[in-house]
Amino acid sequence: MKIAKDHQRFRQIVKGKIRKDLRKFLSQGELLGREGKRSISIPVRNIDTPRFRYGDNSDSGVGSGDGQPGDEVGTGEGMGPGGTQEGQHILEVEVGLDELADILGEELQLPRIQPRGRKNITSERDRYTGIRQSGPESLRHFKRTFRRALRRQIMSGVYDPSRPRIIFERGDKVYRSWKTVLSPQSNAVIIYMMDVSGSMGSEQKELVRLEAFWIDAWLRRNYQGIESRYIVHDVRAGEVDRETFFRLREDGGTRISSAFRLAKDLLETSYDASEWNVYLFHFSDGDNSSESDSRECCRMLSEDLLPQINLFGYCQVASAYGSGNFINVLHENLPDIDNLITSRVNTKDDIYDSIKTFFVSGQ
Amino acid sequence: MRRVLPKILAEYAESIAEYARLEGLDFYPTIFEMLESDEMSQVAAYGGFPQRYPHWRFGMEYDRLRKQHTYGLGKIYEMVINNDPCYAYLLRDNALVDQKTVIAHVYGHCDFFKNNLWFAHTNRQMMDEMANHATRVRRYISRHGLDPVEEFIDTCLSVENLIDPHSVFMQRRESRSATKQRAQKRERGEKESFDGGKYPAKSYMDRYINPRVRPEAADTDQEQEVELKHLSIPTHPMRDVLLFILENAPLKDWEADVLSIIRNEAYYFAPQGQTKILNEGWASYWHSTIMTRYCLQAEELITYCDHHSGTLATSPGRLNPYKLGIELLRDVEKRWNTGRYGPEYDACDDMETRRNWGKSKAPMGRVVGKGSPGREKIYQVRSIYNDVTFLDEFLTPEFVEEQKLFHYRYDPATGRMVVVNRDFDRIKQQMLFMLTNHAQPYIYVLDGNYRNRGELYLGHRHGYIDLDIKYAKETLKALYRLWRRPVHIETVIDDDPILFSFDGEQSTQQTIDEATPAPANSFA
Repeated sequence: MKIAKDHQRFRQIVKGKIRKDLRKFLSQGELLGREGKRSISIPVRNIDTPRFRYGDNSDSGVGSGDGQPGDEVGTGEGMGPGGTQEGQHILEVEVGLDELADILGEELQLPRIQPRGRKNITSERDRYTGIRQSGPESLRHFKRTFRRALRRQIMSGVYDPSRPRIIFERGDKVYRSWKTVLSPQSNAVIIYMMDVSGSMGSEQKELVRLEAFWIDAWLRRNYQGIESRYIVHDVRAGEVDRETFFRLREDGGTRISSAFRLAKDLLETSYDASEWNVYLFHFSDGDNSSESDSRECCRMLSEDLLPQINLFGYCQVASAYGSGNFINVLHENLPDIDNLITSRVNTKDDIYDSIKTFFVSGQ
Repeated sequence: MRRVLPKILAEYAESIAEYARLEGLDFYPTIFEMLESDEMSQVAAYGGFPQRYPHWRFGMEYDRLRKQHTYGLGKIYEMVINNDPCYAYLLRDNALVDQKTVIAHVYGHCDFFKNNLWFAHTNRQMMDEMANHATRVRRYISRHGLDPVEEFIDTCLSVENLIDPHSVFMQRRESRSATKQRAQKRERGEKESFDGGKYPAKSYMDRYINPRVRPEAADTDQEQEVELKHLSIPTHPMRDVLLFILENAPLKDWEADVLSIIRNEAYYFAPQGQTKILNEGWASYWHSTIMTRYCLQAEELITYCDHHSGTLATSPGRLNPYKLGIELLRDVEKRWNTGRYGPEYDACDDMETRRNWGKSKAPMGRVVGKGSPGREKIYQVRSIYNDVTFLDEFLTPEFVEEQKLFHYRYDPATGRMVVVNRDFDRIKQQMLFMLTNHAQPYIYVLDGNYRNRGELYLGHRHGYIDLDIKYAKETLKALYRLWRRPVHIETVIDDDPILFSFDGEQSTQQTIDEATPAPANSFA
């Protein structure tokens, strides 16, 4: 095809082989998908052309639907200025979380995760994949059955638009059918830890939320049974539920070791290292209160945590106040440890790179 | 790549065209072609054309569209090009009923292209023109190398949006200033150059057949300099920044030609951006009318309804131009059928009377073509309105309520988009803002010889939203590469007048005060 050359050239620019001047305009564009009620953007590489444009025209718009003042609007694009390309009909389709994770894996070229050790028990699972003519009523595919009945009634002239009554006949009914698939059963637990000290603002939280969403999606794709636990800390640590984790706002200082200690307790009481694949993620602006506490953290990591778990991911988000030193502490004291991975996230664009750093080794 | 339409579809296309004509649509001959989804992605990436000049951004767009398709996130049903004859593409794996719907939809677009005022000045031989552009750019690439040409195209794309879509309607004013120039020349005792005797030439040959600087005018170097300096100061703030650069920047011939190609294409695409809602609404109105009245077989009904409502679906945070367009057109049709307009209706306060206004006057039964006041009105709307004027004139509080429109805003406290209110004025204002000038800032050339140093001085006519500073600085760099002298843009940031500059080495910004030299023009 004619466009192959342009496509090739674009990919080379993205990989940084040619036209290095364009790299700085490289960003994560997005494909919009929908998962349940929320829309999700999937990363695709995009090179932005600088233009004169408005700074903040995305912060208000017009939408349609129900809702009272103050209600949240399902995110999505506002009314854009209208494309310059005429008559493209694009139909949006809903995507499942699994597919999203696959797309992410494909885009970031992530390897499948190899569960550790002998924690794999094969289990049977039924998947509904097909349609057949007979089956129990509880598995009746309503939409298809309805459609067949409607079609039959229209064709035979029984259908009366002013009194639309659809009556199923035996021949109309179709049922879902399943296939039994064998799948390896491996359990995993993710423990998210977040620094909620005064220096972590709402912007930082949003970054953490997005990052955690993708971590969740990817790990869920790789493990069947997965549990998530959430720990927040300032100078003390406590376990919270998911909602609170992303909402909570505290003041005060930071003592990271408190979170590590709680994580260790959790592992000891509930998640035996020989049965569980354990993932720890810690989000912070890297502003630990004291040198001695940082040393304590490193000691706990190397002695108590790292030997037991699959991966410890430390994600440092940029903040206006923090000195962001903890990432350096980790580098200095615990160099060359396979299952300790760090990344920095300053803007939304960094999230995908960060995910890639965490999972590229397939641990 | 071209594939002849299967016989059955060709027959449908013919009969649907008949119905469309019966309903009063008037379009150029339309050629349908069938594409595989991958080919469709290519054509869509090329903006609807079978070929464009080589550039990575088409590859980028293709990459996005192809992924969208493979991941099942969406597919392109149809594309149509504003050309005489119109070209339209159908997706091969669509069901027959979809193809019929698309064909009917396409005739709506073709009618719109042919008859809407804002398209009146677009080139109807754009297929050929685009191919031509591709050939010229390829020739420059083989002569100067891919990298320099591509870099130059990138530079041009940074300023691609700095055109004046209204200028094509203002020929008279241009010619008046040309007359004035001639008169001035005559006063200076120069020979009348044969401006009036411009040789007819295709646009791509024009530069060679009618060179800009005529030998007669360039008698001495000094005289030429005077002329150039005179030209490099616009007589009024000039919105077509691209034209100003084209005429006054020290560009090499190939560079000037590439820039003119970009400008030419930007003007071609501009009306499509100006009429998105109306154009899609119009096409949807007609595919719906034609399908439900003439074409639909009983067994196709369900699929048709499913897909039609999919196209018109709305989600809370998003306005669907198809939906908005078709609903507003139907609203206008209804209002004009029942006489719900004019001072008498506007003055009526009684809701009951308003609801039943003119009900008896509404035409009974089927209306064909322009056979009702409502139809006549919407035909007028399709002829002379664009999105901005369409919404400005016909959006009513009743309509806004019926469509459940609301105004939303980012709430910094919670970090979410929240519904603010359903206030009609605010909604209308917001919609018009999003549509005016493509929601892009108005940029003008204020001076081409700023501080008498040949520097370019642009001005942003500030409404109530600031420019994106980071983007503005990068764009200035691109402008510098074209102008090759320092470039400036004045704007307002946080209520302070600021001048951003780039002198080839560094970006600077300063507050504009009395000490700042004034440009030749200013916004009065």
